[in-house]
Order: sequence, then structure tokens, then C-alpha cells
Amino acid sequence: MDITIIAESRSGELHPVTRQLVGAATTLGASTTVLCPGGVGADEAATILGVGKVLSVTGDCFSSYDGGAWSEALDAAAGSGVLIGAATSKGRDVCSRIAARRGIPVIQDVTALSPGLNVTHPIYSGKAMQDLSVSGDCVLTLRANTFPPAGDGGSADTATVQQSGDVRIAVQEAIAKASERIDVADADIIISGGRGMGDPANFSHLNAIADQIGAAVGASRAAVDTWEDIPHSMQVGQTGKTVNPSLYIAVGISGAIQHLAGMRTSKYIVAINKDPEAPIFKIADYGIVSTWEEALPILAEELGKLS
Amino acid sequence: MVEIAVLLKQVPDTTARITVSGDKVDEDAITSWVTSPYDEYALEAALQHKEVAGGSITAITLGPARADKVLKDAAALGVEQLVRVWQDGWEPLDSIQVQAALAVAVQASGAEYVYCGKQAADTNQGSTGPGVAEIIGAPCIVEITDFDVSGPTFTRSSATGSEKVTVAAPAVLTFSKTTTELRRPNVRGIMMAKRAQIELVGGEVGTTNVSVVRHASPAQKPPGKTFEGADSVPEVVGLLRDEAKVI
Repeated sequence: MDITIIAESRSGELHPVTRQLVGAATTLGASTTVLCPGGVGADEAATILGVGKVLSVTGDCFSSYDGGAWSEALDAAAGSGVLIGAATSKGRDVCSRIAARRGIPVIQDVTALSPGLNVTHPIYSGKAMQDLSVSGDCVLTLRANTFPPAGDGGSADTATVQQSGDVRIAVQEAIAKASERIDVADADIIISGGRGMGDPANFSHLNAIADQIGAAVGASRAAVDTWEDIPHSMQVGQTGKTVNPSLYIAVGISGAIQHLAGMRTSKYIVAINKDPEAPIFKIADYGIVSTWEEALPILAEELGKLS
Repeated sequence: MVEIAVLLKQVPDTTARITVSGDKVDEDAITSWVTSPYDEYALEAALQHKEVAGGSITAITLGPARADKVLKDAAALGVEQLVRVWQDGWEPLDSIQVQAALAVAVQASGAEYVYCGKQAADTNQGSTGPGVAEIIGAPCIVEITDFDVSGPTFTRSSATGSEKVTVAAPAVLTFSKTTTELRRPNVRGIMMAKRAQIELVGGEVGTTNVSVVRHASPAQKPPGKTFEGADSVPEVVGLLRDEAKVI
């Protein structure tokens, strides 16, 4: 079986999830080609164990983002078989379009994969899992932090394909981020606050801890809806972002079902809440029944001792 | 004047209990069905677009008869045409079958702008908007967080923050949560909706190479440990370091 992986990039470099895509493809025992949109990360991709070939797809369309243009260019460069991307915002968009161009199915947010081809992905916001069997070509996007990353030691051939697509989305104005903080969708550790923080100004305590451990700061829907200062980009949950970090620290968050839908698959969950009956404790690995005012200063001190 | 199509999906209410029986999610046990939350943000933007530009909106859903409810709810807010795409024996459709069936209805509506949610709250896939766009040969702006219907211009997130983008029609627009919640219907709207006609559209969707093997409840995590009081924080940090190895 031939597998083509669409590399994910971030800030001009290969995104770590790309190694996980290669790791997952390797378990299928397939020969793997990695496509690098705009050529970003091609040199690093060639050193990943299990990669058979790297194709830098370079074209004018990659200077801005238009899923239609990207998929046109990548579709032309990719061979047939199984195509794998990351279940990120761009990955889902591009993979949907390539699948539609080829008239084959796309299955998004895959969490398990085995030869056959057998595919598992969550449905109903993780309240159930669906096992699918696919015969023939398809496109898959894989959930980040779910598959083991492939290591170093590869020495794949690299080639460049000049291929662009028709750009129809025009950027009128770029608006800079309010803060330089890591996005929750990208973070390996997240510390989130809810309405239990009492006042948006109190998120400064979460920011301070996030800076200590390189975490992103998230928020519940209740916090985002209540306080204008807490932007929607921070919201974790059903109408916010779905996250899957190694560690999720929920502070003053009761654990409404809408919130759990966005973070329940976090590897480890710590909950700090003064209400021992809060639903968040039901899914927490480590629950601390305490006010945040008492718990956070000690947390900051203890984390400080680690470094 | 602008012709707009809105794609609406009926999904279980967020708080609905999902039970699996006989390797399949028991849909009959779901008592509360609603319009998918992201689709509601798309519908509100479409209504505002129509108010400024003039024209009409066609609401399109794909689903069994119960999905008529989402169309009637949209009609109560001023949506003019209602289309339900369905044929008995269809279920379950794969992504390309869904997109192809919806694309036929979109093209029949003559829509210049197609509004939809970034993903449905049941399947959580996010394939329909971009897939329909590909089939009708249109660009697609995904995960819109804000909009200005006078341009129209749409805001999406970018690597460095966010950006305002424009696109020429025909175009597909998928919505994330925006700052504008869906309006409520008034009494006149509710009365009008009762008389609104729904056009039922079926057709050939071809075969699929995807088969559903089974549904299962998610693996249950072992119960966690709960500690009383802030004095336990050092112990929890120790566990995160030594047991969980995540810090």
C-alpha cells in the first residue's frame, strides 16, 4: 500500500505532529512519501525514520492560506492510495478537498489505525467510538498526541515539485495576536480557568504558572461568555477548541458537559475546585478540593522547584 | 440581491446521553434533537447578510423526517426556501456521498454564498463545507470567527493572530463560534413557519467503500485520586512528575 503524508508546519518549521503521522503510517508497514506544502520542513522530514521519499511542493499559492488552492497543488503532487494529514484546522480542510477531488471518502480525527484498513474515530464529542473498515483509497486525518512519533535515522531522497493552485481567498488585513501565548490547540500542557476565577484579572495567576511550565492558558465557555477580556480563542469545549494535551489543569471549572467534550481525552487531568461535588472531579486523575486562591500560590512554588 | 444557502444538521442535544446497544449507537434513545451549534452561528450570519444585501435564503438539511424541525426553526427566523435531502435506504453515507447529495441541492438553489458550521456536533468531522466547495468548484473560508456582511469580509485565525479575508462568489463559508448568537423567532415567524413547505430531494449517491464495523462506548478511565485542601498540592505535583511523568 502506498501512503502519502501531508506534513504539517508551524512558524516555518515542521510541526511535531508530522512525526506522529509517519509513526502511524509505519505501523501499516507501508512505503511512505511525505509532501511538504511550500517546501517547509523538507530537510527535517527526510531524516525521520520510515520516510521513503520527501516531495517539496513549491508554488505561489503557499504564501497565504487557501484550502482550495493548496489541495489543488497537493493533489497533483500526491500519488494514489491512502493519504494522511493531521486533524488540524488546515489539515481537515485540505484533506476534505483532496478527497472530494478524487471522489473518495475522508475520515477525520482518527485515533486508531491498523492494516486492513481499520480505522477508529470518536463521534458525539467522544461519547462513543466508531470503528470503520475501508477498502480502497481514502484520506485520513489523525488526532495529534495519539500516535507514537517516528524517531530520527532516516535518509530519504528529496525532490521538488513546482505546483501551484488557483488562489481565490484574498487577505485584506492581518490582525496581530493580543498576546504571544501558545494557542491551546497547539499546547502540550494547558491550564484553564472558569467562572470560579471570580474576575478576569485573576487569570494573571494562570498566566504566571503557564509561563513557568510553557503551557497555554484556556478558559471555559462560562468564562468566555461572562467576561469580554477572555477571548473566544481561549475557549476549550464544544463551541471552542477540542484539545488533547498531556496535561490539562482545570481551575475553578465545574466541568459542564460542553467543556468536557473539548478536553476529556487529555492524557492527565488535574482539577482544582472548591466544590467537592463539581463534575470535573469525575474525570480528573488528580482532584484538589480547594479554592484557587489557596492552591495556585503553592502550585507556582512547587513548579518553580522543578526547574 | 444575493442568493444564500445554509446547510443545517440536526444533532443530539449536547447533554443527550449516548448509549450503545448491539454495537450501534441507539438513536431511538436520544430524546432531544437540535440544530448543530456551529450551524446556528452560520445561520445568524446568513440572516444578517440577507438583511444588508437583500435576496433570499434556502436552508438545506440532509436527514430523516425528524430533521424537518431544523428547517421549520430556520423558517421561523425568515428563511424562505426549505429543502430536505433524503432517501430511505441511504444510511449510513460516507463523506463523499453526503457532500455530493448536498452539492446537488446547493446548485439547484442557485446560491452564491453557502453558509455552514465548521463541523457537526455529532460526527465532529468538518468535511462537509470544504467538500461541497470542491464539488461545486468554489473557494471555502473555514472556521470563521467574525464577519462584516457589508463587504462581505470574514475573519479567520492565522499563525500570527487573525486575518480579514474576502472571496468572490460563489463561495462556501464555514463558521466557528462568532460573537453573534442566533436570534430568537417572533410569534409571526413561528406562525409563518407552520405553513412553510419543505421540498424533499432524493437521488443516486453511488456506492461507498467504507463500512461501519461497530460503535463502542469510550474506554473508561480508572477513577482518579481526590485530595482535600491546598496542602495536597505538593503531593499532586510529585505525582505529575513521578507517576504521570508529564512535567
